[in-house]
Amino acid sequence: MYLNKSMTRFLTNILVIFSLLFMLSPNILNAAWGLNMTQGVTPISQDVYNMHMTSLYVVTVIGILVFSVMFWSIFHHRKSKGIKPAKFSHSTTVEIVWTLIPFAIIVALAIPATKLLARMDDTSKSEVTIKATGYQWKWKYDYIDEDITIYSNLAADSVDASQKNSGIDPKTADNYLRNTDTALVLPVGKKIRIMTTASDVIHAWWVPDLGWKRDAIPGFINDNWTVINKEGVYRGQCAEICGKGHGYMPIVVKAVPEKEYTAWVQETKLALKSKKESGDKELSMDELKSKGETVYKANCLACHQANGQGIKGVFPALDGSPIATVKSRITEHIRQVIYGKNNMPAFGEQLSDTDIAAVVTYERNTWGNKTGDIIQPKDVAESRKK
Amino acid sequence: MSTIAHADHNHHDHKPTGIKRWIFSTNHKDIGTMYLVFSLIMFFIGGSMAMVIRAELFQPGLQFVDPQFYNSMVTVHALVMIFGAVMPAGVGLANWMIPIMIGAPDMALPRMNNMSFWIMPFAFALLLSTLFMDGGGPAGGWTMYPPLVLQTGKAFPFLIFAVHFLGISSIMGAINIIATVFNMRAPGMTLMRMPLFVWTWVITAFLLIASLPVLAGAVTMLLTDKYFGTSFFNAAGGGDPVLFQHIFWFFGHPEVYILALPAFGIISQIIPTFARKPLFGYASMVYATASIAILSFFVWAHHMFTVGLPINGELFFMYATMLIAVPTGVKVFNWVATMWKGAMTFEAPMLFALAFVVLFTIGGFSGLMLGITPVDFQYHDTYFVVAHFHYVLLTGAVFALMASAYYWLPKWTGNMYDEKLAKVHFWASAISANVLFFPQHFLGLAGMPRRIPDYSVQFADFNMISSLGGFAYGISQLLFVYIVVKCALGGKKASGQVWEGARGLEWTLSSPPPYHSFTKPPKVTKELMEY
Repeated sequence: MYLNKSMTRFLTNILVIFSLLFMLSPNILNAAWGLNMTQGVTPISQDVYNMHMTSLYVVTVIGILVFSVMFWSIFHHRKSKGIKPAKFSHSTTVEIVWTLIPFAIIVALAIPATKLLARMDDTSKSEVTIKATGYQWKWKYDYIDEDITIYSNLAADSVDASQKNSGIDPKTADNYLRNTDTALVLPVGKKIRIMTTASDVIHAWWVPDLGWKRDAIPGFINDNWTVINKEGVYRGQCAEICGKGHGYMPIVVKAVPEKEYTAWVQETKLALKSKKESGDKELSMDELKSKGETVYKANCLACHQANGQGIKGVFPALDGSPIATVKSRITEHIRQVIYGKNNMPAFGEQLSDTDIAAVVTYERNTWGNKTGDIIQPKDVAESRKK
Repeated sequence: MSTIAHADHNHHDHKPTGIKRWIFSTNHKDIGTMYLVFSLIMFFIGGSMAMVIRAELFQPGLQFVDPQFYNSMVTVHALVMIFGAVMPAGVGLANWMIPIMIGAPDMALPRMNNMSFWIMPFAFALLLSTLFMDGGGPAGGWTMYPPLVLQTGKAFPFLIFAVHFLGISSIMGAINIIATVFNMRAPGMTLMRMPLFVWTWVITAFLLIASLPVLAGAVTMLLTDKYFGTSFFNAAGGGDPVLFQHIFWFFGHPEVYILALPAFGIISQIIPTFARKPLFGYASMVYATASIAILSFFVWAHHMFTVGLPINGELFFMYATMLIAVPTGVKVFNWVATMWKGAMTFEAPMLFALAFVVLFTIGGFSGLMLGITPVDFQYHDTYFVVAHFHYVLLTGAVFALMASAYYWLPKWTGNMYDEKLAKVHFWASAISANVLFFPQHFLGLAGMPRRIPDYSVQFADFNMISSLGGFAYGISQLLFVYIVVKCALGGKKASGQVWEGARGLEWTLSSPPPYHSFTKPPKVTKELMEY
């Protein structure tokens, strides 16, 4: 008898809780909630979705059957109904049957899964090859056939809004934590090979709409492929814990028609070239500081913090630090940015001379650091030669 | 029976008093009690870390902690819950119950028993002290993957030695259990008459002995990589970071069953008691448990499908993983068949056991889905996985431990617990745990990775619901402490039998049992064990 009463109580409780939750979340009725896996935009992602749904249906049916028997028993086979317990304790036939049936179900699931896996594994005949390298905490993309290398950082408005108690509503940031300063541009309808690797710790490259994720492991290269069927912007993020900035290294794939892709490749090559050449230009303190702030936000802030204080015991402070304030150590400062030190990665490859000059100038003239030192791109170029 | 036991009790009840009783104890009941109390304390320490995690995830943006500390909460929460709460609770139950279930006077190796317990508080002092150091606690995840874990600061050697000590403690506990069960059974207590709880624990003990030295080896290699210039896991020195994952999960997957098998045993004790009917398919339960244990050594790489294994490797581990569903299914079917045509009542232990059957099975379902390699490429390292393992570990293992606590509290204390409050505790736990973890399936499928301190606004609503469930679950467990303390201090006296439908040697003793029980071995008959 007791359970009936408590069942009613249970159901009432659930109703109350859920109505409370409805009131708490005004978005619930907007149907903007993602409940299920995406079907994605590639043939593989569609198959993965179908396989997911098949297994979900299978376990749901098994669950309904098993739990129905259980709850039927709970309601009917109870002492309060004056039932005398049965004595049976085994039945070999039944036990064999319910060993074989799950086995058959598993075989039935394993067959399509095996076929799908074999298709996902075949990276041959790709037309575009990309190498994605994970860094703490950004992605580098090499277009292997095009001699293009781009770095993809968390977008600046997300950086601002994601600071602790920033006072900025995450909703106001464009695609909060899922937006980058530079997107990975890919052509639609082509077989694209995406190799993943890493420079420091293990990361994982994941865009749900492409239907898979793959670890990016330092010293090793993993091979994957995709064919994107639909133009659009597809977002994902690093999926393997990689330290403090793990939640802050998004991936943005921009799929464009082939023509647009070819144009983008030309444009980007030119832009990269002119960026290299601009290293000869002299810049003013203001120009350097404002550029330096952008570079700092994308590359340095995660560890050394917005206020330059770092985190005690892990990431050293820059504010008041001798290397960032003593004049005789300017070269050392520049070289540390280029070559890294201990856990600090080397930025020499990913940042141009202008970027490094700007960020070093910024660090020497911000917070309590008032050195007045101006570092020019040519100083950085000189440091590289030493 | 109980008067005889009491006479026995008076005669043999010599024990040191005060703090010495506990520090120098070689008594399986005292050590069992210490294990259980210790695990409850760790459950709350680990739980408070979960509260920090859920508070930070309550809404998007960073409100309470910085990402580094968040990562250390995620890491230490897991280590504390696995090594501090669930494993010691299992060992505590084994200590208390195995000798009185098989008619032994005590554990086979009582001094080692004392040592294996007292290592633990020191090991956790090492681990938890790192949270107060400059640089904070370990923050690379409990899985300790290099190269990330090698970036840990001062906390690193503390983490490694804490894991070593916990491993030593568990191995000693396991040796003790095996020695006890194989050498100290009362006459007539044949292997195939042993209560299922004893069976699952013996098998668990073998898993511990086989897997923990592997973990010790893996973390030792980390230690030498960090301080002695070796390159086991450093690609630049010719090593392989993925090698660590293989070694770790060769320990890690059996570890999952180290947490789950004793829970299976508990449920197999409780359901027959409250259904007043013999356990269905006793022999197949034993074989299923053994099959699960053996299979658990051949599925480790399903934790690392995305590292880029060769396709044949992935297929092997997919098939082996899916195969585990068969013996696990057998267990669930057997429990349901045990209920079938029984005469059930629904006291707190039974409620927790029934919830275990349903919710553990749901965790098993998502486990089967995760085992399908091509789809796991989407699920892997998302909240879908977080939901999955909390269903099997919280509503699975922890619910079974709660069930066991209510089931055996009257035996341990001699007093009945407050049934009404216990039912409130059950419903509060069962509902809040589902509000906490069910929406995490949706979060994972929608694309939220695990172990992130902040998230995109599209995940906000389910995270808020999950956090509310988390807070409710946390508060509900305070009620459990109140019920346990109240029961320990007094209450309606419990008979030796306690539960009408209970069978087995432990129920022939008084409640509480004498300090030294079965100093003369009881005679075990078929009738005593069965219905």
